[in-house]
Amino acid sequence: MRQLDALATEARTLAIGVPPLGPGEAEVARQMQICNACRYCEGFCAVFPAMTRRLEFGKADINYLANLCHNCGACLHACQYAPPHEFAVNVPRAMAKVRLQTYGEYAWPPALGGLYQRNGLTLVLALAGGLALFLLLAMMMNGKLWGEPLAGNFYRVFPHNLMVSMFTPIFLFALLALALGVRRFWNEVSPGDRVKDAPGAAVAEAAQDALLLKYLGGGHGQGCNEADDAFTLWRRRFHHFTFYGFLLCFASTSVATLYHYLFGWVAPYALTSLPVLLGTAGGIGLLIGPAGLLWLNFGRHPLHGDDAQKPMDRGFIALLFLTSASGIALLAWRDTSAMALLLALHLGVVMAFFLTLPYGKFAHGIYRSAALLKWAIEKRQPSRLQLGSE
Amino acid sequence: MLNQDLSLMTARKYDVLVIGGGNAALCAALTAREAGASVLLLESSPREWRGGNSQHTRNLRCMHEAPQDVLTDAYPEEEYWQDLKKVTGGITNETLARLVIRDSSHCRDWMRRHGVHFQPSLSGTLQLSRTNAFFLGGGKALLNAYYRSAGQLGVQIRYEAPVDRLELRDRRFVAAYIGSERIEARACVVASGGFESNREWLREAWGQIDGQWIADNFLIRGTRFNMGVLLKFLIDAGADTIADPTQCHSVAIDARAPLYDGGICTRVDCVSLGIVVNKHAARFYDEGEDFWPKRYAIWGGLVARQPGQVAYSVIDAKAIGRFMPPVFPGEKAKSLPELALRLGLDERAFVSTLANYNSACRAGTFDHAVLDDCHTEDLTPPKTHWARPIDTPPFYAYALKPGITFTYLGVKVNEQAAVHFSGKASSNLFAAGEIMAGNVLGKGYTAGVGMAIGTAFGRIAGAQAAAAILEDAQRAAA
Repeated sequence: MRQLDALATEARTLAIGVPPLGPGEAEVARQMQICNACRYCEGFCAVFPAMTRRLEFGKADINYLANLCHNCGACLHACQYAPPHEFAVNVPRAMAKVRLQTYGEYAWPPALGGLYQRNGLTLVLALAGGLALFLLLAMMMNGKLWGEPLAGNFYRVFPHNLMVSMFTPIFLFALLALALGVRRFWNEVSPGDRVKDAPGAAVAEAAQDALLLKYLGGGHGQGCNEADDAFTLWRRRFHHFTFYGFLLCFASTSVATLYHYLFGWVAPYALTSLPVLLGTAGGIGLLIGPAGLLWLNFGRHPLHGDDAQKPMDRGFIALLFLTSASGIALLAWRDTSAMALLLALHLGVVMAFFLTLPYGKFAHGIYRSAALLKWAIEKRQPSRLQLGSE
Repeated sequence: MLNQDLSLMTARKYDVLVIGGGNAALCAALTAREAGASVLLLESSPREWRGGNSQHTRNLRCMHEAPQDVLTDAYPEEEYWQDLKKVTGGITNETLARLVIRDSSHCRDWMRRHGVHFQPSLSGTLQLSRTNAFFLGGGKALLNAYYRSAGQLGVQIRYEAPVDRLELRDRRFVAAYIGSERIEARACVVASGGFESNREWLREAWGQIDGQWIADNFLIRGTRFNMGVLLKFLIDAGADTIADPTQCHSVAIDARAPLYDGGICTRVDCVSLGIVVNKHAARFYDEGEDFWPKRYAIWGGLVARQPGQVAYSVIDAKAIGRFMPPVFPGEKAKSLPELALRLGLDERAFVSTLANYNSACRAGTFDHAVLDDCHTEDLTPPKTHWARPIDTPPFYAYALKPGITFTYLGVKVNEQAAVHFSGKASSNLFAAGEIMAGNVLGKGYTAGVGMAIGTAFGRIAGAQAAAAILEDAQRAAA
């Protein structure tokens, strides 16, 4: 039976052949062939050690390596084959182009994968839609956006159940879409590897590499490249501000939900309450982080990354910034006549954020974590190659 | 202070002029600057090609008495010296060689201070884990660090500044010229490399066979900017030299490699796993003589002496996955006649060479990690190890050409890195790097020695140049 299966698989492979490479993937394969014969960059990150375990680069390998790449830029500046060399090796750029394609290709539902291609427009439309929705809702329910102070009572503007019934399904859909997307990705780049069978040490290492952004350290701990060949830790720091700020905001909302349902403690909460403290700390992180990342993004070396992705990167950063800025503004002026307006703005931005969550830059964290896990599993397995030495 | 700076700029007279932009030049510039000298560095290439052959390097051979960060075990001075003596066949200067060896034991702290990072040996280079400290990211990363450090310390750097001649007076450096621009300095370090990019000079050195210039079929593994302009100038100006112009380090590389800057990735590492034939489909040397790392440097010369300076490394499916992946895919064929066709070789001669070889193979226990007992019998030339019949399709072949890494011809120096004229040392003209490496490495090569020489003599030359100015100043004051 097994033999029959193998024969059937072989027949299918012969019939349809190996999945053809698109131009972006073919470019990564070309560059990896050069890198694999050089290997000077092995110490920078996980991409190159993963590469040395392969002799040929099929679609699955390329998609995996592309998502393992953190676009730190170190290998470009160190490359003896970088432009103007005729080999024109620019690994961060080639990887970035494929990375964007993988987000779209593995997206669920597939029809929405196209949103990655025009992500700037997607984000603008989602933001406009979110804002319009809540401003109109506020007008319809209250007849006005500016009124007497409500002592921070948001539910006088939008009833609690209304907010829950709007955000919960969208949030759950985002989670589902991301989970199904990354599952497809995993099955393709790591067929036969079941995540639940992964060694605990591999899972722990992958988690640590993701949470500490190990590969924005440059292999020497001095950081990655931004404007030139000098190393800086600022991208890692600003990313930490952003990510942990986001987590704190999320924790704030979660605690508030528990307060509401478990203890029946209804918002608004005092400035010294846990939800407000978490939200404030997170909000500040989510102001500093995205602002810093945006500033770095505008100063990046022109050869870094993929220009076509910049609207997605910058749009996502801007959306994060607006989320925290509008949240902090709401906290600051929740006792004034501006509260209803600020609340509508904040909810509009948050709605746009959740709507675009599975179809924008956010996906990079999910796919990269999966790639890091694959690497942590793979590096623990013996290499099949015996290349000898130079 | 301001006035002094201003006068310096208007007079454009620096204390130390460094000519060149590779490892040795940067080591000299940084050392001279650290000693307090004002330094101008002139790199002939544009910024994106800066660094000469150092761009393509990856490690430093280091003496050490005990395990050290990225280095395993120990590599004592005596062993290093014996290795150097062996690879050079004794064509070396023991005093200068030991100077380099000792410097390699402590220069890495200085290198780290200037931003160089080290890493353990790369995959596929386990045999170097004891002796060689690898630069994280390779030679270009090292150069980037040095250039950044030089910029921060105030070394003035000019790109696209090819010096074409020097003004010398009584063995002393007076000024350098870029065309009609005259650049004065109190001392000078020449670290402008060998002449391997100069095709005319290579032609002249290698001559003709059958009316064809041998060197026209050479590829240059490194920079296109090592034209040997200053080397030639110094020789013509009466500087004492070492080695001769036909001496060069050359390896057999993929014939499709670019004319310049192919670097490390163009090497073809499957020679010892198969056979090598020339354009008449005949074998010409024992492919299994020794481990590939010990033999790859002789194959440049071997191929250079074959008709058309071309050869073909032929392997079968058994070899796949056993050697470092090559940068270009090999010619692939289902049968040997088809492979001959693809290579443009005479089919009958090719098939007959393969048949003779295959039938001469005596089966043993194949092991690429040792000098195994798979060898040929009654075959000329023999293949003494790893000889297995080439009989398992698909078959692969890689065309090979000689790839020049560097040339050995250089200027003679002493322990102070001073350039000599008729046996007498100049008091303010020093040389470092490839232009004088032949003093230590008169022949042969072993990994990481070029960078060890460049680093040691770069630092010596920089320090001596700075000291020469001080001496001049003291003399003037006295």
